[in-house]
Amino acid sequence: MIKPKIAVHKFSSCDGCQLAFLNMGESLLALADRVEIMHFAEAGPVDENASVDIAFVEGSIATQHDLERIQKIRANSAYLISMGACATAGGIQALRNMADTQQWIAGVYAQPEYIDTLDNSEPISDHVKVDLALWGCPINSQQIITTVRDLLFRVTPKPERDKLCLECKRQQQVCVMVSRGESCMGAVTQNGCGALCPSVGRGCYACFGPAEDANCPALANRLEGLGLVDREIAQKFLFINSAAEPFQSTGNKRKQS
Amino acid sequence: MREDLSFLARDNFPTLLTTLQEAGYHTVGPQLRDGAIVFDTLNSVDQLPKGIHDQQAPGSYRLEKSDSPRLFAWANGPQAIKPYLFTPREVLWRSQRSKTGELNFSTVEPEVKPTAIIGVRPCDIAALYLQDKHFLQQEKVDPYYKKRREQLLLIAVNCTHPTNTCFCASTGDGPQAHYGFDIVLTELDDGFLLEAHNQRGGALLEKLPVQPATEAQQQHAEHALTHAAEQQTRQLPGQNLNDALFKNLQHPQWQKIADRCLGCGNCTAVCPTCFCHSEGELAALDGQSSEHHREWDSCFSPGHSYIHGITIRPDTRTKYRQWMTHKLGGWHAQYGRSGCVGCGRCISWCPVGIDLTAEAAIICGEGDKDE
Ligand code: SF4
Ligand code: SF4
Ligand code: SF4
Ligand code: SF4
Repeated sequence: MIKPKIAVHKFSSCDGCQLAFLNMGESLLALADRVEIMHFAEAGPVDENASVDIAFVEGSIATQHDLERIQKIRANSAYLISMGACATAGGIQALRNMADTQQWIAGVYAQPEYIDTLDNSEPISDHVKVDLALWGCPINSQQIITTVRDLLFRVTPKPERDKLCLECKRQQQVCVMVSRGESCMGAVTQNGCGALCPSVGRGCYACFGPAEDANCPALANRLEGLGLVDREIAQKFLFINSAAEPFQSTGNKRKQS
Repeated sequence: MREDLSFLARDNFPTLLTTLQEAGYHTVGPQLRDGAIVFDTLNSVDQLPKGIHDQQAPGSYRLEKSDSPRLFAWANGPQAIKPYLFTPREVLWRSQRSKTGELNFSTVEPEVKPTAIIGVRPCDIAALYLQDKHFLQQEKVDPYYKKRREQLLLIAVNCTHPTNTCFCASTGDGPQAHYGFDIVLTELDDGFLLEAHNQRGGALLEKLPVQPATEAQQQHAEHALTHAAEQQTRQLPGQNLNDALFKNLQHPQWQKIADRCLGCGNCTAVCPTCFCHSEGELAALDGQSSEHHREWDSCFSPGHSYIHGITIRPDTRTKYRQWMTHKLGGWHAQYGRSGCVGCGRCISWCPVGIDLTAEAAIICGEGDKDE
């Protein structure tokens, strides 16, 4: 049996999503048994220009160098997966898209000439075709296992379509919004974490990005009803996935008003 | 005065639980968790929500504490007993590839202990009977539900403290339980009135230190339950809304609801009669085994109305319309009654406080808006 070849690439990111591979435990051995890992710098193998069947890409496009690398990786990969909030939506660093990047660099760094950065942090899909997006900040091991298993079976991986609230109820968490007036983003967020935050009594931060038919204006109105001012409401939407619609437009509207 | 009612003094209440435990039941009852009253394993009566009262309103649920010795001076929590029968997620069967490559399938039988649930509300029982119709009284019986249902003993509690969102009096499902329980309690200041509904309940009663209920005790209980019904302010615009709703499928109010509705499906998840689920497959990474599971789904999920390339209900307007027209209309033809038992959970636990009774009144109240 010829093993499919995979690569794990890193762009502008914190490395947290790559840990979803390393934290897999026993499944990592099963994975290594079934695929050939050509490139995964954080874990050992380095061959950035290898041709692969599946490329996992972590991180956003944020530098001139990123721009060039992603084109090469796309050319070398049959199936490309954006992994996590940075790769899929620009990440937390896309907050700078709302600011004057050059001014910030000048203000923060003693020798700004050493800083290589684009004005915006952009998702991989702004630059090359992405075959599958895995949302999450960070993604979890099960997302990788399910995806790889589906691809090995030659079936198209199913995107997550549930909202976090549905999983929150399956887990029988008590709704923090209704019982305590906490602001929670669960009703506009994709499931993926299994309702981690409500399970420890706090509202969701929307790590897994906007759900399919998220009614953000309605949630924004509700947050206002809970006592949040426009600035705070904007911060809820313009956070981990600030560049993703419809979070961006709802957040911007509240920011400007 | 009725001869079949007994009185159990408050001090003797623990004997009810210990008798059930000695008879081998896994005992479940209401208790406090994360600011709500939820059902969970009950090892001691000290876990019951003594002196706790609930304040519910559209989109809001809060508890308060008083010095009252009462254990059931509240209406309901986020879930009825639905999760004990129709579990939120369960594996139905497994498949395993043998060394020679064949697939072997095996049923995953749920492990069920005889379970006694204390504190079941009249609306919860009405909902249970509706779920029985769906899961048991069909051509294909659901074996997972059936197994759990057969092991259930129910100690119901009549409602003396309905909350602002309750409207069981208008649906005819409360505040007093008339069927479906082994024993029903009505709580008084100094103890409980007990009534057995079947032999099993009767046998249980015989083991408790009860006395015949006095006329005064019976009158107190009756007053409390009449008062509980009178306190309810909400109601649906009628018991059978089938025609009124289906005549108004183009009513502009559906869109006004959709502007506020998050499409989160919380209403369907807390509704004790909703039964929708989806099924899925979780294969092990080595490709040698797979688990087939089902989990709660909702008519608010994007995939719920998807069939072969078409999504029949693509927007929140049509999704909410499905929820209400099915619950309050379509159920009559399907199960012989409305799918709503008036528990009010969909109102309290809707994060944006959409009120089913108010919306139904608007949609049914205005004339014929059909195309
Ligand atoms: S706690 Fe958040 S995620 Fe859970 S049901 Fe409430 S709003 Fe939804
Ligand atoms: S509940 Fe929300 S914030 Fe918390 S981990 Fe899940 S997606 Fe992230
Ligand atoms: S529709 Fe609402 S009030 Fe009626 S039974 Fe369901 S949750 Fe309770
Ligand atoms: S009516 Fe309320 S609980 Fe139901 S889907 Fe809409 S927002 Fe969620």
